[in-house]
Amino acid sequence: MIARLTRHERQNALIILGLVALMGAVLGLAGRSDPLGWHGLLIVVFAAGLALPVLGALDAPEPTEDRESAYYDDPTRLGILLSMGWAVFGLFMGVWVAALLAWPELTFVDSPWASFGRLRPAHTTGVIFGFGGNALIATSFHVLQRTSRARLSGQLLPWFVLLGYNLFCLLAVTGYFMGITQSKEYAEPEWYADLWLVVVWVAYFLIYILTLARRKEPHIYVANWYYMAFILVVAVLHIINNLAVPVSFGQAKAYSAFSGVQDAMTQWWYGHNAVAFFLTAGFLGMMYYYLPKRAGRPIFSYRMSIVSFWGITFMYLWAGSHHLHYTALPHWVQTLGMTFSVMLIVPSWASAGNALLTLNGAWRKVRDDATLRFMMIAAVFYGLSTFEGSFMAIRAVNSLSHYTDWTIGHVHAGALGWVAMITFGSIYYLVPVMWGRERMHSAALVEVHFWLALLGTLVYVFSMWNSGVIQGLMWRTYDESGSLSYSFVDSLVAMHPYYVARALGGLMFLMGALVGCCNIWMTIRGASVSVPQDDRPADRNADRNLVAGE
Amino acid sequence: MAEFHKKIERSTIGFVLAIIGVSSIGGLFEIAPLFTIDDTVEKVADMRVYTPLELAGRNIYIREGCYACHSQMIRTLRDEVERYGPYSLAAESQYDHPMLWGSKRTGPDLARVGGKYSDAWHVAHLVNPRDVVPESNMPRYAFLERKALKVEDLGGHLAAMKAVGVPYDDAMIANAPADAQGQAMPGSLMADQVAARYGDATNIRVFDGQRGVVTEMDALVAYLQILGKLTDAAHRQQQQQAALEAP
Repeated sequence: MIARLTRHERQNALIILGLVALMGAVLGLAGRSDPLGWHGLLIVVFAAGLALPVLGALDAPEPTEDRESAYYDDPTRLGILLSMGWAVFGLFMGVWVAALLAWPELTFVDSPWASFGRLRPAHTTGVIFGFGGNALIATSFHVLQRTSRARLSGQLLPWFVLLGYNLFCLLAVTGYFMGITQSKEYAEPEWYADLWLVVVWVAYFLIYILTLARRKEPHIYVANWYYMAFILVVAVLHIINNLAVPVSFGQAKAYSAFSGVQDAMTQWWYGHNAVAFFLTAGFLGMMYYYLPKRAGRPIFSYRMSIVSFWGITFMYLWAGSHHLHYTALPHWVQTLGMTFSVMLIVPSWASAGNALLTLNGAWRKVRDDATLRFMMIAAVFYGLSTFEGSFMAIRAVNSLSHYTDWTIGHVHAGALGWVAMITFGSIYYLVPVMWGRERMHSAALVEVHFWLALLGTLVYVFSMWNSGVIQGLMWRTYDESGSLSYSFVDSLVAMHPYYVARALGGLMFLMGALVGCCNIWMTIRGASVSVPQDDRPADRNADRNLVAGE
Repeated sequence: MAEFHKKIERSTIGFVLAIIGVSSIGGLFEIAPLFTIDDTVEKVADMRVYTPLELAGRNIYIREGCYACHSQMIRTLRDEVERYGPYSLAAESQYDHPMLWGSKRTGPDLARVGGKYSDAWHVAHLVNPRDVVPESNMPRYAFLERKALKVEDLGGHLAAMKAVGVPYDDAMIANAPADAQGQAMPGSLMADQVAARYGDATNIRVFDGQRGVVTEMDALVAYLQILGKLTDAAHRQQQQQAALEAP
């Protein structure tokens, strides 16, 4: 990887790493009597760890002159591996916290870091930002180049984005173990990590803009619309929701700029649109490229893509208040949130339908090819969970479902069934392409992964549906004398069998991911059958069948 | 439509601006007015701020991720009001930076848990929840009892809260460490000052049952015991409504 950088670029890389290390050292010194000090040290170690191989290869031969005429896929390759690594970590944490709910004494160590409250954000961040985020960065770099027929902009910029983003994830997860959190769900990291992510995100946006600026296709392909919406809207959400005043420069703790009802609304405007633009828009970008590629058919309808894209971009931002039905949030905001949430079914199903109709004529492939089947099932789960989401946003339904495991089931139908499935499908498509192999090492193992993932998701989601509805009903059941029938603990006891089932479902899903890791490892280790992919932008017309309007 | 769109999708900058424009509308219409419409948060005269000890306890609640399993928002539903007490008002969390309304009830709502159980019950429950509720699946927090509370930087915490709009005065900020200790040391000179600054209704007790040292357990229990007690507004409103509905 370093061999593809010129000596000048290697020097620049060292300068950037030096600046990052300096920043870490300053934070570490300022925060030496606070958990922040450990994070300063972590940043220094991270930068030093990256600087060592660069230093070692400083005098290695320079890349050949024609470097600029080929696609730049090294960051994508590393991104795929990081994504799978985070998947295993995040899913393992998920199984662990699920087990803790069923058997609360199952902490391996009697230590503050190993309690449910600190492990749980490590699960959500590991899966959403570690697994999902790395997959998005890796695939977006690949899709952007192929659909623009242009090489990625910059040599160091993509590395800065990928590695800088992983530094953010590391700061986030290690922070939770130490008790550093601002408690905003899916936005737990504190001010310094948030600021760092802003820097990384600006670089990410620059790559997109600069690469698109030199595209050889007149039109920007659908997948890139979604990736761009993902980058832009997540930036706005992230900055506004994380506005806070730190106690001091030497302390991790900060106080949110907003309080009470305004904070709740800002948080769920963020929270719901993290779902919309991180977990939906970004992965729709993935789907709009890899599904037609794998099926060998163009996208069914260009118009449906347009309706879906602008519908999602416009309506989702109104929907966050459905997380706050019957609360102290003003009624008019709740009503607006519900209305837009119900309308969202239209653009959501336009994309789900577009994906499934694209498979018309390729169903034989869906039957035989587990990779394409991953993508098909993802589209099905996308359709199901967006329907469920609109349904649960209706005020009367929400009165039953809110605060219960039904929400957890809904989230996992989306996260396991949609996000993870489309990612695994895309990765199984990408790995042979990226490492110049004819196919994955074992098609049978892809099948095993598929069935473990599907079964795990179904067990998980059905157990949470059951527990959620039972819980919600028990909380509101009255006896003949007009008093509440069940104590809170009664409802907790009733959850136990479902918590056990849920942990098993999660375990199956984790095992599937481990099978996937082995298969990817064997594929990379296997003999190369073709020249490692550095295909040239100029002489490729393979993507032409994806171009908008055709 | 398709023809028009084919023009937009040829321009990167145009597309970027269109995304920003279209996606901003929702937030502008729904969130911005919450800061300007006056009756979004009720005016409540008796609302008081958290004492330094309670604020420290709140930060422990955040640090340990308690919000992942406990909500602090009683909805306007009959069964919730009967189970937990009068529904939550916006005013009650107006000094909560950030709010801790929560999204999941693996355990019960805590918005009005203050005063519901004794300090000793809370300590026993936090040390091992299954000692008092055998069916509970809550983690143990025995270590809180052994950990001395860090008080020296509490003035900085109050100052940061003041910067985001909570009405702490200069004396509160200057005396925050002493006030935190005083609240857990009844009978001391420092304790009298806490009552003078934060009101006579302030709980001044040895929350964790260990005299002499102020622990994280003191802080967390002090916080739990004030939940729902910062103002009486919700109870007053419930009584007014009951009076209106009475024939």
